[in-house]
Amino acid sequence: MITGLFFYLFAAITIASGLMVITARNPVHAVLFLILAFFNAAGLFVLMGAEFLAMLLVVVYVGAVAVLFLFVVMMLDIDYANMREGFQRHLPLGLIVGGILLVELLVIFAGPGTTIGVADVDLTRSNTQQLGDVIYTDYLFLFQLAGMILLVAMIGAITLTMRHREGVKRQSIALQNARTREETVALVSVENNQAPESILPNNKSESKVLR
Amino acid sequence: MGGFEFFPAIAEIFLAIVSIILVLVAAFGGEDAKASALMRKLAVASLVVTGLLVVSYGNTPSFAFGNLFMTSPFMVYMKLLVLFGATIILLMSRGHVARDNINRPEFPLLILLSVLGMMVLISSNDLMVLYMGIELQSLPLYVIAAMRRDSVRSSEAGLKYFLLGALSSGLLLYGASLIYGFTGSTNYGEIASSLSQGVSNGAVIGIVFLISGMAFKISAAPFHMWTPDVYEGSPTIVTAFFAVVPKLAAMTLFLRVSYGMLGSASDSWQQVVVAIAMASMIIGALGAIMQTDLKRLMAYSSIAHMGYALVGMASAQAEGISAVMVYMAIYIVSSIGIFALILTLSREGTAVTKINDLAGYSRTHPLYAACMLIFLFSMAGIPPLGGFFGKWFVFSAAVNAGLVPLAVFGVLSSVIGAFYYIRIIKVMYVDDVSDALDQPDRRTNGLIILSMAVITALMVFVLSSLREGIMGTLPYIAFIAG
Repeated sequence: MITGLFFYLFAAITIASGLMVITARNPVHAVLFLILAFFNAAGLFVLMGAEFLAMLLVVVYVGAVAVLFLFVVMMLDIDYANMREGFQRHLPLGLIVGGILLVELLVIFAGPGTTIGVADVDLTRSNTQQLGDVIYTDYLFLFQLAGMILLVAMIGAITLTMRHREGVKRQSIALQNARTREETVALVSVENNQAPESILPNNKSESKVLR
Repeated sequence: MGGFEFFPAIAEIFLAIVSIILVLVAAFGGEDAKASALMRKLAVASLVVTGLLVVSYGNTPSFAFGNLFMTSPFMVYMKLLVLFGATIILLMSRGHVARDNINRPEFPLLILLSVLGMMVLISSNDLMVLYMGIELQSLPLYVIAAMRRDSVRSSEAGLKYFLLGALSSGLLLYGASLIYGFTGSTNYGEIASSLSQGVSNGAVIGIVFLISGMAFKISAAPFHMWTPDVYEGSPTIVTAFFAVVPKLAAMTLFLRVSYGMLGSASDSWQQVVVAIAMASMIIGALGAIMQTDLKRLMAYSSIAHMGYALVGMASAQAEGISAVMVYMAIYIVSSIGIFALILTLSREGTAVTKINDLAGYSRTHPLYAACMLIFLFSMAGIPPLGGFFGKWFVFSAAVNAGLVPLAVFGVLSSVIGAFYYIRIIKVMYVDDVSDALDQPDRRTNGLIILSMAVITALMVFVLSSLREGIMGTLPYIAFIAG
């Protein structure tokens, strides 16, 4: 009973916040509603007994993806009012496409002769344990491949964004630590009413380094 | 799940380790120009070693990593083609990366990683590995398409490729999840045995999604929209890579999935492949007619060629598969030749890619023009060049499978296609020299162009033994864990 109640609660909030994501005027609100939808979907996963997926959803989607969205939305100067102009015009087409997809899915999943095959699951152990059993053993290959993909993503991001700029003043901690009193401090007796001559060391090779 | 045998994947493991080491070489290799020359040499060497490993250890049909990975003579053939293509492209890149302003140590590295993804893709025996392989091969491609940061077109190409590639990965993943849901397994063998007992509606929809995703990767119509823009916008050397290597890997996957995994459900994918093949042939032929840029023209030409290859596949018979494999081998040889030639085109040091720039090419560069003639005639399918036999095999396979209308359609569109190839030849041989192109000074490219032209021209002599060798590998496409 209670489970059913929670199911309808989570499901209703998920759908409602999903609707708000696409209708909210303020993009920041849209992202916040997206986060709400994620949380409620995680709740649905918990109800199904998939606690690992639920945690993953919160950690990955709320923790990383949605926060990233929020950053992008806040930092980029995008004219959202302009982007929305086509919304009314494209609405009928979108509804038609969505409607067709919905009917198709209903035909597949609720239609006659549909049997969904699922691999056998050991119900006595939690799914986190079961994932732990296979992920570094049976699926080692996939795990390593995922590592390679992340390496590519890293190299790609660096390749596309890193630039070697000329004339940038960089701080060098090693140089700062290695400097001695003699290099930097000079005692000069200054005559009254006379500016001192330039006494700073004029080392060109270090001119780009802040000391 | 079988044991944790990893030896059959030794070539892939080697390539992965080498690329990780090369990351360090790239990082500590000093200034860009010097480091990238070193990287290119190391990358070529490691591709060659990988090829040797593939030949030495891949030929016995075997599984690794608990049925996730398999290797067999069929895969060895395809992997060797991929490695051959990638090695030649890396050799060609010498000098041209500097001109295109992408002379950075990451370029060979990303090509290596992409090749690793393709090898995994070819050897995949599980839907999850398929997806991982696709991502690993495409991500580096997105990056190298956008690598020329000072050019808006290159960034546009990279972004377009990335967005549409992500969309197609989504389609593919959705199809894979439906197939998993309706057959109960992600393993090709188990899916095949489940489908042989009957194909449910859901599985059919999954298959269609999966095929759409793969059709995107080989840029077959109606999933071809990205191709001309990406080919035109990317640096030419990158375009050459796109036109040759990823297509080969994706086509192998297509063969493996359609014959190996869905072999018993061929009714459910045959019409789809027929439709895609027809659309690709006609769009490729008609789209190319109006093009003025060689790279865009090659994009449409590659769409059409994928269509012809799919004609062989649509036959759903062993003869058709061997025809596709011969076709792909001929296609990559003449594509490499054409792109090596496009790379040499420059006027006063600036690269040019317009068809009109070739005016009078036969008088200024008689040898290269003759090679281009061979490539173009081969692509148009004029006997006795290689391309003719490729087309002959795929069309006869289609006729033997009872797909006569498809074959007739294919012949008609290749007649239309011949028009634009011959137009280039007319520009080269008949038009007057307007403004002479530079004499190419790089010997590597000349050598590649000449040897590809010789292979294309003399293909007819090795064809029967090539075909025989390919036929021997066919039983292993549908090879499934016992």
